[in-house]
Amino acid sequence: MAWVALLPLAVDGVLALMLLWLAWRALSSPDLFRAVVLFIAFGLVLSLAWVRLEAADIALAEAALGAGVTGALLLGALASLQKPVVTDTEPAPTASEAMPQADESKAPCCSTSALLRVGQAPSSSVRTPAETAPGHHRLDDAKVAQASVAVRGMLALLLLGLLGGLAFTLFSLPEPTPGLAQKVSERLVDSGVEHPVTAVLLNFRGYDTLLELAVLLLALIAVWSLASAPRFTDSDPEPALVELCRLLAPLMILVAAYLVWVGAHAPGGAFQAGSVLGAAGVLLRLSGMRVPPGATGWPLRLALLAGVAVFACIGLAPVMLGEPLLAYPSGWAKPLILAIELTATLSIGVILAALFIGGRP
Amino acid sequence: MIDNLSLALMLVGAGFFLAGTLGLVRFPDVYTRLHALTKADNLGLGLIVLGLMLQAESVATAGKLLFIWLLLLAASASASQLIASWAQDNGLLPWRG
Repeated sequence: MAWVALLPLAVDGVLALMLLWLAWRALSSPDLFRAVVLFIAFGLVLSLAWVRLEAADIALAEAALGAGVTGALLLGALASLQKPVVTDTEPAPTASEAMPQADESKAPCCSTSALLRVGQAPSSSVRTPAETAPGHHRLDDAKVAQASVAVRGMLALLLLGLLGGLAFTLFSLPEPTPGLAQKVSERLVDSGVEHPVTAVLLNFRGYDTLLELAVLLLALIAVWSLASAPRFTDSDPEPALVELCRLLAPLMILVAAYLVWVGAHAPGGAFQAGSVLGAAGVLLRLSGMRVPPGATGWPLRLALLAGVAVFACIGLAPVMLGEPLLAYPSGWAKPLILAIELTATLSIGVILAALFIGGRP
Repeated sequence: MIDNLSLALMLVGAGFFLAGTLGLVRFPDVYTRLHALTKADNLGLGLIVLGLMLQAESVATAGKLLFIWLLLLAASASASQLIASWAQDNGLLPWRG
């Protein structure tokens, strides 16, 4: 039965090869929709890889954020890229709307969709106005081809430079350092929680998490300042989808609450729970639920802000008492962390759903 | 005895997944592919979950596994319904002969 010992190795090997293959296919696929689907599959396989590395927290976050929410964002961006197809008329008046390049700067995930577009041949499924306008065909195609060769060359150079830098760093690393795991497990009793990842995120390295929340909020502010929310025509959503949402939405809220609570002693926490909440928001949106107009004013903004605000207030309060920033008073760590995690979960969920809707309501 | 039973269940489940994947790759149109896929999802995962439930340490774990299967039943049924009705609305005709 010696082959049984090789089984985990074989699984890891297949996972690693699949990751490389999916990444290559996602980047090289000329069809953007296929590229996005491959990217989602890549995220799921990556979360399996994290499970194999015994990092369940990251696996949860990768599956929910990397594959789920980012996939939904990319599909949303793709839908708004492909919507404006200009026919034989002069494209000039609607150019700003129809040009995918112009749209990209508006899309919330412009960098990713730009990355996805790099490997694309000029005659893509996205029809630019220049391509559909008669007469300018040849010239523009040639220009696009030239530009794309130049972009590819530059990208290749940049990537080679990055590879060189990474290789240099890797080889100039001194000794394998023991890491901080020892210190974390020594001080775990003081942190107010029993799970080392949560202890690091909300106690030992609290400012990282605070800044991450602020970055999410900033991203949403950027999206809101670029556009107002697209008006969906109220077409009837599929009954099956509506029923599924009716079943799943309460469950997802329950799962989010469970993930926050369990974060104190097992994999889970605000980001994972928040992304589940955000996914519930995306599902509800897709099934035709609309936020009532009265709630898009200050109640929505309060929910968006609450995470950063509560975290910042709790973090700043010790400074008034002469303690360092983000130092929890002894004995209060657990309730304070819980308060931060709960509000952060709510805010992350609402921010992610608002990012998917895209634009100021 | 229980180990053998759960091994057998999981192997049969894996067989359903294999058949479903084969159908997804080889069947001629979207409707028949959906048919193959939902068989694999529903029955294949059901058998695997059943096999795993026999190995579960507590009733709570077994319940969670069962719950995963029930959730997947709802999700896969709705998703295939959505895909099929989209295909029908967009004029994709079922494959004949």
